[in-house]
Amino acid sequence: MRKHLALCVLLVAPAAFAQGTSPNAATNENAALEQKIRDMEDRIVALEGQVRMLKAQPGSAAPVAGGTSTQPAAAAATPSPTSTEAQAAAQAAPQEPVRLGGAGTAAAKALNPDISMIGDFIATTGQNRVVSAPVMEMHESELGVQAIIDPYARGDFFLSFGEEGVNLEEGFITFTALPGGIVAKAGKMRSAFGKVNTLHNHVLPWIDRPVVSGNLVGGEDGIDDAGFSVTRILPAPKGLFLEGTGQLFRGDSSDVFKSSQRSDVSVVGHLRGYGDISESTNLDLGISYARGHNDFGSSFTTSLYGIDATLRYKPLRRAIYKSFVGRGEFIWSQRQQPGAAACLPGACPLGVAPNFQRAFGFYTSADYQFARRWFVGGRIDRSDRARDARITDDGTSIVLTYWPSEFAQVRGQYRFTRYGAPISTLSPTGKEDANELLMQIQFSLGAHGAHPF
Amino acid sequence: MMKRLTFFGLLATLLLPSLAFAKKLNVVTSTTDLAALTQEVGGDRINVESIAKGYQDPHFVEAKPSFLLKLRNADLLVSVGLDLEIGWLPPLITQSGNGRIQRGANGYLDASQFAEILEIPQGTVTRAEGDVHPLGNPHYWLDPDNGRRLAKGIAGKLGELDPGDSSYFQQRVADFDKRLSEAEKRWDAQMLPYHGRKVVTYHRSWPNFAKHFGLDVVGYVEPRPGIPPTPSHTLDLINLMKRENVKVMLIEPYFDLKTPNSVASQTGAKVLVMTPSVGGEKGVDDYFKLFDYDLNLLKQAFDSTK
Repeated sequence: MRKHLALCVLLVAPAAFAQGTSPNAATNENAALEQKIRDMEDRIVALEGQVRMLKAQPGSAAPVAGGTSTQPAAAAATPSPTSTEAQAAAQAAPQEPVRLGGAGTAAAKALNPDISMIGDFIATTGQNRVVSAPVMEMHESELGVQAIIDPYARGDFFLSFGEEGVNLEEGFITFTALPGGIVAKAGKMRSAFGKVNTLHNHVLPWIDRPVVSGNLVGGEDGIDDAGFSVTRILPAPKGLFLEGTGQLFRGDSSDVFKSSQRSDVSVVGHLRGYGDISESTNLDLGISYARGHNDFGSSFTTSLYGIDATLRYKPLRRAIYKSFVGRGEFIWSQRQQPGAAACLPGACPLGVAPNFQRAFGFYTSADYQFARRWFVGGRIDRSDRARDARITDDGTSIVLTYWPSEFAQVRGQYRFTRYGAPISTLSPTGKEDANELLMQIQFSLGAHGAHPF
Repeated sequence: MMKRLTFFGLLATLLLPSLAFAKKLNVVTSTTDLAALTQEVGGDRINVESIAKGYQDPHFVEAKPSFLLKLRNADLLVSVGLDLEIGWLPPLITQSGNGRIQRGANGYLDASQFAEILEIPQGTVTRAEGDVHPLGNPHYWLDPDNGRRLAKGIAGKLGELDPGDSSYFQQRVADFDKRLSEAEKRWDAQMLPYHGRKVVTYHRSWPNFAKHFGLDVVGYVEPRPGIPPTPSHTLDLINLMKRENVKVMLIEPYFDLKTPNSVASQTGAKVLVMTPSVGGEKGVDDYFKLFDYDLNLLKQAFDSTK
């Protein structure tokens, strides 16, 4: 018994002595241990980050996609990996790779460009004897394919599918790393003329485009052509944003420009001024110019001049609930056409007046977001026709939009149009009224890159 | 000779300050939190500006042209990454005309690589789950441990871009680490009595915060990330909160309080407007004050809803 007691004393005494004599040492040891654990945590987190970044890089995606070489890839990228770090990296890698929409692995996604499809279904009811539209149509399906090409450029393609046929709406390379702050594009693109011409259908605040777009700027396709574009931010007083864009195109854009020979190129210029009035309100102003040859041949040109203004209000604390956008565009068209002698009845197409045609048109609109999912808006249209400036069309629209989520929207639009028509074939009064109700459903699949502001 | 010396002296006097000024790195960050951390480690050797405001939903920032004026002169762009800024930052980068900050260039820094990322989806990801982030939850800066890691990562990048000041940045990050560790001890002790307390949040903004401070997030006001509350989900949430005895709801300053207040009135819960970012409330102007502000609110709420 005494032996046992002596043994207990011998075993317990050193511990008791240690506790009793050096509490500071124990505290320091704990602190050191805590620091060591924290450092190890940091190293694991850093390795996890490296694994994520490696998986996001196209170059390393192929080995990862194989599913067996994650560990070597991560280890190779670590400056001085220890076996612990390599194991941590291996553990950090998810056991099951992420699949996006069931389309493939995360690595495959990293290799591929962003692909998106936007559907645009429109139903129309009411009467319009001048411009007919089907009662229901899958108006457009826009396929977007976008990616960074290399450290110096990115590529964007937008293919627009109708119910029949396909059109390359845009397909261009953007050089993002040029000296002097220049951003250059080459390919087919929507020109920088005004505001609405630059917008894809799915970002319009209405179902249709303004009457002036149809009458003077080529309608839905607009000035959309193959060529070069150069943009640069210009020196300006502090707080003011000034940007100049110059574009050179082949010269074929809807019914606005027509190239009959290689020298029939068209040009577009745009100067944009922007200023923040407050953190919630800003004003965006632009002037535009475009010139090209028209469908009467190389001797006939069309010049367009435009002014655009946009006032935006969005309180930052309630940005997802409330906003207001007021827009207006004013466009002048000067179009050379054959003289009266050459344009006798039968010699010129219907609706074409002889000689130089000066036409003017505009729209103004306002859109107000009154809840997270709801927007209401209106638009007033007025425009002469480019080929016969004596004819003027007017219109008014009211729009209500509902967003079930960021990726779908349902929109209704009441549209009244008064078509001007001096030829009395349409109605005895020389005018033709159209009352229509339009309904649109738009939906987005995949990762569609954000469009410029 | 004297005239020459005077001329060169004058030239040196004129040029040296401008050279010293030119040496300052221009840093632009996507959010105020990254700006605050960059300022901590960059000190007076950098100029830093954030694009988004602290009281703004960082998912929905307008890509205003005035931001291009900041970006075109930036030496470094620091982003949160994980697709948080996907709706507005890419077009700004493209339009900036600044080759230094393009993705893949040396002046582009995705800060998510330094942080512990939670809620990385496993398996199939679809939009049926709402505005889900396929690469993980991007609200990672709300864990002070991640704040320290981010500061170290940013300091490393600043040193890479400005090797002459590398030791200065390392010294600043060591000082920040020390101050943060001390603050962390204080914050951890403050929250220790409330470990395991159940809370509901509006959006999935707080997983890193909840993990660090031992909170249990049992539900969300949004039925899915980015999807506004629906009546049926709100009813389910009320039942859940009653069942689980949840008495605190954390709401970001940019969300409408109508639904949270309605839920709170039926469950007896307290609605806390917590700021997820520096600058989200008046006086919250650095990374330390962010946690001071939020944790004080939480403590008061937990004490009053025992």
